[in-house]
Amino acid sequence: MSLSVDIRHQLGDTALAATFETEGGVTALFGRSGAGKTSVVNAVAGLLRPREGRIVLGDRVLLDRAAGIDVAVHRRRVGYVFQDARLFPHLSVRGNLLFGAPDDRHLGRIADLLGIEGLLDRRPRALSGGEKARVAIGRALLSDPALLLMDEPLASLDQARKEEILPYLERLRDEAGLPILYVSHAVEEVARLANTLVLLDRGQVVRAGPAEALFADPGLAPMLGPRAAGALLSGQITAHHADGLTEVAVSGGRLILPGVGGAEGRRLRVRIEAQDVMLSLTRPEGISALNILPARVTTLHDGQGPGVMVQLAAGKDLILARITRRSAEALALAPGTECYAVIKSVAVAPGDVGRS
Amino acid sequence: MILGLGPQEWEAVRLSLRVAFWATVLALPLGIAVAMALARGRFWGRELLNVVVHLPLVLPPVVVGYLLLLSLSPAAPLGQALQSIGIVFAFRWTGAALAAGVMGFPLMVRAIRLAIEAVDPRLEEAAATLGASRLRVFVTVTLPLILPGVLAGAVLAFAKAMGEFGATITFVSNIPGETRTLPSAIYAFLQQPGGEGAALRLVVISVVIATVALVASEALARAMARRVRG
Repeated sequence: MSLSVDIRHQLGDTALAATFETEGGVTALFGRSGAGKTSVVNAVAGLLRPREGRIVLGDRVLLDRAAGIDVAVHRRRVGYVFQDARLFPHLSVRGNLLFGAPDDRHLGRIADLLGIEGLLDRRPRALSGGEKARVAIGRALLSDPALLLMDEPLASLDQARKEEILPYLERLRDEAGLPILYVSHAVEEVARLANTLVLLDRGQVVRAGPAEALFADPGLAPMLGPRAAGALLSGQITAHHADGLTEVAVSGGRLILPGVGGAEGRRLRVRIEAQDVMLSLTRPEGISALNILPARVTTLHDGQGPGVMVQLAAGKDLILARITRRSAEALALAPGTECYAVIKSVAVAPGDVGRS
Repeated sequence: MILGLGPQEWEAVRLSLRVAFWATVLALPLGIAVAMALARGRFWGRELLNVVVHLPLVLPPVVVGYLLLLSLSPAAPLGQALQSIGIVFAFRWTGAALAAGVMGFPLMVRAIRLAIEAVDPRLEEAAATLGASRLRVFVTVTLPLILPGVLAGAVLAFAKAMGEFGATITFVSNIPGETRTLPSAIYAFLQQPGGEGAALRLVVISVVIATVALVASEALARAMARRVRG
């Protein structure tokens, strides 16, 4: 189901002007704190009334200030997972889950999906942060929404809990067919989940488009943070090796990654951080790095500091490499230069590999 | 004779309980509505409403009683109008209940308003995103969360109603069996030669009722607060 947002609003000193369209899947709103991400989500939910604009979900107009349409929050059918969970303290987990549900037919299935079937009779106060987050997700899902809004649902969790919940969100994206508007300022989460990326800065949409294209754009690296920049490669598991490594076929060759779960043939999305990629003009010999992909330089992007962001094409995928300007000059890199991208296997963290 | 109380004395106790009960029960829905309006409402005249609600707390009770008499006596237009549809307050126990309700109203509203202001409106927003209409949000989220405050307000109003004297005696006089509540009865006995014994017994009864009500409400409030906090 498509979502089209076109709103303008004044938020204190910041003028919010957000326009984007998305066709289902996970759309990530990404930007620094105060960029206006939550305000956009609140406007879609109806909790914030934009001064002007239009919001259309599928064939339903939720807001059209010019036409005087403003559908009430409770009639919008948006499931909202708040950053702070907002579970009802006076209700049990079961009561919370069923609050917006038409009936309890799906309770068992959703509780099972989120791993909270053992908590149904507990009170929210007796739950850990990760459990609260999962109950909040289940509550929103059970309200039979046409769109799921998630405002940093993992922000209050430690890394281990995030790793626990991210697979659930991937399953939601792939199996439920429910469009999700996902707010985050964590690059790893967005890289794992997003089909579409909307970059917000000081209330304005800087760029919006397919996640792979935006992550591979060297010009956007400063916004993501140069240390967090990195392209997304899609691949397929071809073999699990006896020494715990997994072989993944990508369009430009094959990658050897630290053990990734999943059967052979499963499609993956791998994020390769730009700072973990070395470039060599000749195929390196006698080197410990296991991944050497032939590639061709497509663009170079100068940063503020001594670094250069290099975009390379390896097969159909794009790779980003962050190297020093001195190295780029020494190798005489220019668009069209043939070279090799060298990636250490262990540089790819488990959190950088997700389902696609 | 139980507890050494005479029929007149029993009558005063029963009447007081009845007056206080109805005063509290009938004031409660209005008290919740007014507290909601004062806590959440953004309308012209909100400050004025706040002042009017609090007036009985600061005015001498005699003044409140006299104002009720002026506006609701059968001679006054409002009193006449109510009489024509069968509602009579003047010199009836219903008038005692009204006077008690008016005097206890500010205490009730203050307690409930504090409870409403302590409710996190973000929980109500969450309920709305889950498809709950405003009425359903109020009934299933707001009301359960403010219940301890509502109970506290009701107990305060009940206690005030049990003890109300000035407005009651001014508005509906001191008629045995009709408007002679506990305080009025104690006052009347003290005016009679040899009435000290009866007055003292009623004083003891007052203390017992007040103590039981306070202890019970404290326990109930604690249980409710536990439930609400989860």
